[in-house]
Amino acid sequence: MRETPLTNCEKDFVKKSVAENRRIDGRQPYDTRKAKITFGVDRGSCQVQLGQTRVFAQVSCEVAEPKPSRPSDGILFVNLELSPMACPSFEAGRLSDYGVELNRLLERCLKESRCLDTESLCITTGEKVWSIRVDVHVLNHDGNIIDAASIAAISVLAHFRRPDVTVSGTEITIHPIEERDPVPLSVHHMPLCVTFAFFEQGKYLVVDPTDLEEKVMDGKMVIGMNKHREICTLQITGDIQLEKDQVLRCSNIAVVKVTEMTELIHKALDNDRQVRASGGKFGFAESISIEKVTSNQMKGSEINMEDAEEQASALVLSDQDSETPSDTIEDEETVVHVLNKGVGSIGQGGASQWTIDEEEAEKMQTEVKFKMTRTKSAHKNLPTATDGDLGDNSEEEETIVLGQDMKIISQQERQNSQKMQTKTGDVKMKKGKKYMKK
Amino acid sequence: MFSCYIVTFCSPRIRKTSSMAGMELLSDQGFRIDGRKPKELRRIQCRLGVFNQADGSAYIEQGNTKVLAAVYGPHETAGGRGKALHDRVLVNCQYSMATFSTGERKRRPRGDRKSKEMTMHLQQTFNAAIMTSLYPRSQIDIYVEVLQSDGGNYCASVNAATLALIDAGIPMKDYVCACSASFVKDCPMVDINFLEESSGGPELIVATLPKSSQIVFLEMNSRLHEDNLSKVLDVAVKGTKDVYQVLDNAVRDHISEVSAFHKLDQS
Repeated sequence: MRETPLTNCEKDFVKKSVAENRRIDGRQPYDTRKAKITFGVDRGSCQVQLGQTRVFAQVSCEVAEPKPSRPSDGILFVNLELSPMACPSFEAGRLSDYGVELNRLLERCLKESRCLDTESLCITTGEKVWSIRVDVHVLNHDGNIIDAASIAAISVLAHFRRPDVTVSGTEITIHPIEERDPVPLSVHHMPLCVTFAFFEQGKYLVVDPTDLEEKVMDGKMVIGMNKHREICTLQITGDIQLEKDQVLRCSNIAVVKVTEMTELIHKALDNDRQVRASGGKFGFAESISIEKVTSNQMKGSEINMEDAEEQASALVLSDQDSETPSDTIEDEETVVHVLNKGVGSIGQGGASQWTIDEEEAEKMQTEVKFKMTRTKSAHKNLPTATDGDLGDNSEEEETIVLGQDMKIISQQERQNSQKMQTKTGDVKMKKGKKYMKK
Repeated sequence: MFSCYIVTFCSPRIRKTSSMAGMELLSDQGFRIDGRKPKELRRIQCRLGVFNQADGSAYIEQGNTKVLAAVYGPHETAGGRGKALHDRVLVNCQYSMATFSTGERKRRPRGDRKSKEMTMHLQQTFNAAIMTSLYPRSQIDIYVEVLQSDGGNYCASVNAATLALIDAGIPMKDYVCACSASFVKDCPMVDINFLEESSGGPELIVATLPKSSQIVFLEMNSRLHEDNLSKVLDVAVKGTKDVYQVLDNAVRDHISEVSAFHKLDQS
């Protein structure tokens, strides 16, 4: 389904507000949205909410043959799914260009940065290794999917436990969860992505763009970094030309954001571990508030109202200057009368413009009568369709004509009353079947 | 900790050097695997106007990487008026690797994820460089074919496409020159080949407009510490300036040859 295109007004508004260092949702240009990480009951599943963007990730493992070029390395496969559930412009099934871009970014961030120790996934060299698969599904798209997806993917890799394996001779035993405690994966470091959106050919930049800002931006830069200040991936997309110091400045900002986010992930993991250890309830169901089945809440945010009054009065004054004096509202009448809950009125309003004067009403009536008499005489002169013989020698039953008030009058009756009634509006109807009674 | 029957050899994971036995990316004397110094580019040979069917074409060899590029356009948008942009030209790229270009035979020359990604990157790069507002409702096609891949595929593709666009006479803001760089043993290296790429060290690819040093494309793989980013970026941008020198000389030589030929024809 095609997206509705963004109006020019909206685009200009967003660009103007970014130029004034303000954002539509009230954030500062370098602020990210609040992230919320919840883990599921199963090991290796989590949901991440970055503002309204929601992403779900799941890890699964199986034993497979290693790649021939790397016989002692396990396999890590990362996949990001964009379904129409997230945004109607995403196609089901076929991966669009945007999907390919996101997938490659996520792959580079996780696989090529060697965040997961693949050598520890080896069971027997050249024959059997663990193949770990991370699937990320986008549930709701409100901008910046890549950040949310990277948080979800790395949290889920840290959360997952794979079954324990013992190799004795040529026998390999995979212990089910009931027998032996599953083993965590060895994650070296946590690479997280931070997205920067650029406006006006790189002049203005915001961190963590929402969907609206993404549609308006000129281009974006994604930096994947871990908390040790190592850049794992860097990519610039879009029609922008940057200077070297802009790139360096962005990487400095990214360091701060990544450190914050890594702490948040660790806290979430700790919470989950404690709850599981103490035997409490955990999982997705616990994180959704009980009052609503579908929960889509927004926390109240503070808005700066200090200069609102001045701006409002300035606007009103400028309006007053431009309009004619008769249209302005006088000061005494700006009192609001509260009628009901949520209903208020200012002033009484003018007289109703819909009523007609008595004189005018009489005039109108005489006009109508005149018109009617004229039509009547016209009708008398012209032969009507119902005059004359309708041909009673037809084999069908006699024709029934519907009178003006839709009463069924037989032809004879009608001929009798022809002179008495006016004939406007007669409808002739041939009676084919006997379903109508006289 | 589980006990594994086969003992895997422990190598430092922070910066994984070449897994091949004994091969060092940077020797003690400061030479690389192929004998270059760290700041040296590979030998670039290029030729313009290799095809007569295409509006513009070029062939470039950067070391052992060989790339062909062909440009068609500006012409009417294929696919009807649906895809045409009302105020600028549509740049359509296709990046394809020949099946014989890599060590192991490639099953799919185009259409897999990495090729699609490359295609998008090329499109984006040239959208920024071509003066798109001069040809509204039209389309420019850029086809790039990699004949032999030895590292720096994207860079060679961008350089070849630039030459092909110049050969086709399409106005651009500036040359687009691309170069890659890496960081091994505290030393930034420029223009990396396949062995250095696959060793796992960081790889930074940058495409710039050389006269203004503005970056139109930047991509980095593997891990690089933030403190070293500035050095590596500098080296890469300098590399693009050197590439620009080579390409510019090649273009001027080509034009003087062609114009000399025409003068002889007229006389």
